[in-house]
Amino acid sequence: MNFIQNPGKLRGFEKSISIEKITRRNILKGLSAAGGFVLAAPVMSRQAFAYQTGAGAMPHGIVLDPRVFVAIAPDGIVTIVAHRSEMGTGVRTSLPLVVAEEMDADWSKVRVQQAHGDEVRYGNQDTDGSRSTRHYLVPMRQIGAAARTMLEQAAARRWGVPAAEVKAVNHEIVHGASGRKLGFGELASDAARESVPGMEGLKLKEAKDFRYLGKGQVGIVDLHDITTGAARYGADVRLPGMKYAVIARPPVTGGKLVSFDPDAALKVPGVEKVMQARGWPWPSKFQPLGGVAVIARNTGAAIKGRDALKLVWDDGANGKYDSVAYRKELEEVARKPGLVVRKEGDADSALKNADKVVVGEYYLPHLAHVSMEPPVAVADVKGDKCEIWAPVQSPGGTREDVAKTLGIPEGNVTVNVTLLGGGFGRKSKCDFALEAALLSKEIGAPVKVQWTREDDVRHDFLHTVSVERIEAGLDKSGKVIAWRHRSVAPSIASTFAAGAVHQAPFELGMGLIDMPFEIANISCENPEAAAHARIGWFRSVSNVPRAFAVQSMVAEIAQATGRDPKDMLLELIGSPRIVNLSSVKDPWNYGEPYDSYPIDTARLRKVVELVAEKGEWGRAVPKGHGLGIAVHRSFVSYVATIVEVAVDDKGKLTVPRVDTAIDCGTYVNPERIQSQIEGAAIMGLSLAKYGEISFKDGKVQQKNFDDFPVVRIDESPQVTNVYIVPPGPDTPPSGVGEPGVPPFAPALINAIFAATGKRIRSLPIGKQLEA
Amino acid sequence: MIKLKINGQEQSWDGDPDLPLIWLLRDEIGLTGTKFGCGQALCGSCTVIVDKEAVRSCITSVKDVAGREVTTIEGLHPTGDHAVQKAWRQANVPQCGFCQAGQIMQAAALLMDNPKPSHDQIREAMSGNICRCGCYQRIENAVHLASTGV
Ligand code: FES
Ligand code: FES
Repeated sequence: MNFIQNPGKLRGFEKSISIEKITRRNILKGLSAAGGFVLAAPVMSRQAFAYQTGAGAMPHGIVLDPRVFVAIAPDGIVTIVAHRSEMGTGVRTSLPLVVAEEMDADWSKVRVQQAHGDEVRYGNQDTDGSRSTRHYLVPMRQIGAAARTMLEQAAARRWGVPAAEVKAVNHEIVHGASGRKLGFGELASDAARESVPGMEGLKLKEAKDFRYLGKGQVGIVDLHDITTGAARYGADVRLPGMKYAVIARPPVTGGKLVSFDPDAALKVPGVEKVMQARGWPWPSKFQPLGGVAVIARNTGAAIKGRDALKLVWDDGANGKYDSVAYRKELEEVARKPGLVVRKEGDADSALKNADKVVVGEYYLPHLAHVSMEPPVAVADVKGDKCEIWAPVQSPGGTREDVAKTLGIPEGNVTVNVTLLGGGFGRKSKCDFALEAALLSKEIGAPVKVQWTREDDVRHDFLHTVSVERIEAGLDKSGKVIAWRHRSVAPSIASTFAAGAVHQAPFELGMGLIDMPFEIANISCENPEAAAHARIGWFRSVSNVPRAFAVQSMVAEIAQATGRDPKDMLLELIGSPRIVNLSSVKDPWNYGEPYDSYPIDTARLRKVVELVAEKGEWGRAVPKGHGLGIAVHRSFVSYVATIVEVAVDDKGKLTVPRVDTAIDCGTYVNPERIQSQIEGAAIMGLSLAKYGEISFKDGKVQQKNFDDFPVVRIDESPQVTNVYIVPPGPDTPPSGVGEPGVPPFAPALINAIFAATGKRIRSLPIGKQLEA
Repeated sequence: MIKLKINGQEQSWDGDPDLPLIWLLRDEIGLTGTKFGCGQALCGSCTVIVDKEAVRSCITSVKDVAGREVTTIEGLHPTGDHAVQKAWRQANVPQCGFCQAGQIMQAAALLMDNPKPSHDQIREAMSGNICRCGCYQRIENAVHLASTGV
C-alpha cells in the first residue's frame, strides 16, 4: 500500500493514516543507490499546523511517504529525494534541508537525489506557481520528524532506556544521562525495524532549535559543480550513438509545411538526414508545432543544414496577426463594458457623479521567457519504451504527454529531470521533449533536440499582451469612491482550446479581482480577446500587467490630488482587515484556502511601511533622480519595492538603488529569497526597459538578444536591498520565485515620473524618454 | 586535419573546419561545461579562453583556433579552486547556474589582464555576459573578491 493523498482525500487528512513496515525489497526499489534504512512512515496530523494549503488539489496531490524520500546508508550518508525541478530558486536544496533539519541530520552527510517524473510515487511535481515551499514545508517536516523519531526509538531499545531520554543531535542519537551515542548509520537497520510513530508520538522540532531552517547559512547543493562546469543541464546529456537535431518550425502559429527541399542541407558536412517532423494543429496544448528536422552528428552541423533548407509554409489563419493593429483592437474593447467579474456597490453611477475621474490605460506587450538555456531534450525510444532527459518544470506532465504522444503506457516512460538553465514558466510546457521522443522513435536512435535562441524567441509560449484600463472616481475631498478596471488580454486557455476569449479564474485572480483597496464602488471587467499566438505562463503571469496598471494608477491619483504616493497607497489599502471577496464567483486565490491565505491588508501595509522605512522613502535625491513605490500581493506573498532611478538629459536611465520588502510567511532559506528578489529586480527592469515581442504578418519580429534585449550587468541596479518580514509563529509559507517581479516595473515607472514628470503607460520604455 | 590544444591535451578535428568551436567542445569531445545560449556572440555563455583571451566559442570556428591553446571551464583549475571559482562560491553567486561557466571564464580572463579592476571596469568587462536569472550584484561582488584574494 502506498501513502498517496489524492486530491479528494487530502482535506480529510486530519487523522493519521495507516502505517507500513517495509522490507529490504522495497528499499531496493526505492532508493537502491543509498540502500540501508528506508523509512516507512505514517502521516502526522495536520492539526498541528494552524493552516491548510491547496497542495492536495494539485494533480496527484501529496505523497507523504518517507520511504520515497529518505534513505540512510550504513555509513551514515542520508539521501533525500528532491522531487521538484531546480531552475534557480534553490528548491533542490531547500526542501531536502527541511527534512534534514527535522532529522537533526548533519547537512554535510546528506546527499540529494533528483526524482524522475513519477507523480504517483512522489505526488505533484509541477514546479510552478511559486508553490514548492508553501506546499511542501509541512510534509517535509513531517517526513523528517518521523525518521528522527524512529532512529531515537531504535537507540532507546538498544540501550534499554525510555525513548524520552534520548534525542537526535547532529547525526547521532544521544543518551544524555549516560553520555552514550550512536550514529545514524549504526542505527539505520534497527530503525527500519521500528514501528512507525503515530501522530500523537511525533514531535516536531521547536523553532528555537532550528540549525538550518530560516538561517540562510547553507549554500545550494549544486554550487561547486556549477562553478566547475560539472553541473548537468538538459543539453549536457550525451548517449552512445546519439544524434543531434534542430527543427525548422512553421513561422506562424497554426501554420503548416507545404513542401521542402532537403538537397542543399544534405550536402552540409555532418548532416545525416532531413525529415518531416510531426506537428499538431493549433491549439493543442503542448504538442509540437512540427516542421522539418535536420539530423546530424553534431548540433553545429544540424544548424548549418537547417540554414540551407528550402521551405514553403502555409501560414494559415494567424498570418495577418499584427501587433500594432491588435493593440488598437484591445484599446477599443477596453473602452467598452465587458464581462463583470467583480462588483461591489455601483461603480458606474459613482464614476458619473464623481468630482474628478482619473483615467489610465496601460499597455504591456507579449514577452518571451528567454531562459538562459534554450529548450532542449534528449529522448531514447526503444520499442514501446521511452527514456527522456530534459530540463522540465513538469516532470509528471511530461511523462503523461510523452506516453500519450507515442501511444505507450505511462509506466514505459522514464523522465529524467536535469538541472534547468532557467525556466520562468517556459519549461512547464514539454513540447521540446515530445519533439525529441517523436524523432527518436522515427530514426531508431537517441536524439537530442536543441532549440537555438532564434527558435526560442520565435516559437515561445508567450506572455500575453494586454490593455489594462482603470478609471478612478474621486469625491471633493480627493477620496477614491469608485474603481473600474477593465483588463483585456488573450488567455492562456487559448493554448488548450479554440475559442477561449475570456480569461480563466487563475488569470483574473492575479491582480484584477483580488485588488485589495478599500473602495466603496468597484467594478472589474474582462472584455473579450482572441489569441493569435501561443500564450503561456511567464514568471508572475497576469500579475505583471495588473501590478503595472494598478500601482501606476495609485501614483497618478496621488499626482492628481497632490499627495505623497506612499501615503496615497496606504490610504487606498485602507484599514487593516481581511478583504471580503464574496462578490467574486471564483476568487481562485492561487489555489489556497482563503482562511489560511486571505488577503490581509495589515500584511500589505506592513511591507509598504517596512520598505518605506528601510528604503528611506522621501529621502533627498540628486537632480534627475526620482523615487517610486509599488506594492503587490501575488502567489499569496506580499512585496513592496522602492526604485531610485536617474534619468540623464539624453533620456538614458540608470538605477542607483532598489529596496524590496517581502512577506512570504514562514521561510526556509532567506539567502535564496534574497537572490530571487535580486533577480526579480533584473527581470522587472528588463521587461520594463526592453520587453517586447511583436508580430507582423503573423511572424515574431524578434530573434535573439540583439532585438529582444535583457538587462546586462552594466545597466543593473547599483544595489538591491532585500528586507524579509519575520514570520509569526503560525504564518503559512507563501511564494518567493515570482512575487518579486510584479511591483518592480510600476515602482520604476513611478520613479521616472518623479524624476522627469513623464508618465509612461506603455511598456517597454524603449525610446520614450529620449523624446 | 586541424590540431589544437584543449585544457592541455592535444586534440584533432578532420570534419568541417568552419564548425563553431562550441560544438567541437560540447558534442564531439564532451566538454559540456561550455554552454550554448545564443549562438551569435550576444550572451557570453559559451566563453572560453584562447591563449589569454576570452573568446565566444559559438562564433569562433575550429580552423581559427588551429595550433592554439583553448581553456574551458573544466580546465580552468584542476580542482575547481581558481580564485574566481572560490570567490563565486563564497559569494553564492549562481541561481540556475547556466550562465555561470561563461561568467567565470570571462572574469578569469579579466583578472589575467587587469588584476585589480575597478567597479566600472568590472561592469564593462562583464557586460557581454547575460545572466537571465539576474545574479549581477553577486557577480560583481565575486569579481571584487577574487581580485582581492579569497
Ligand atoms: S552562445 Fe556564444 S555568446 Fe551566446
Ligand atoms: S544563473 Fe541563471 S542565467 Fe545566470
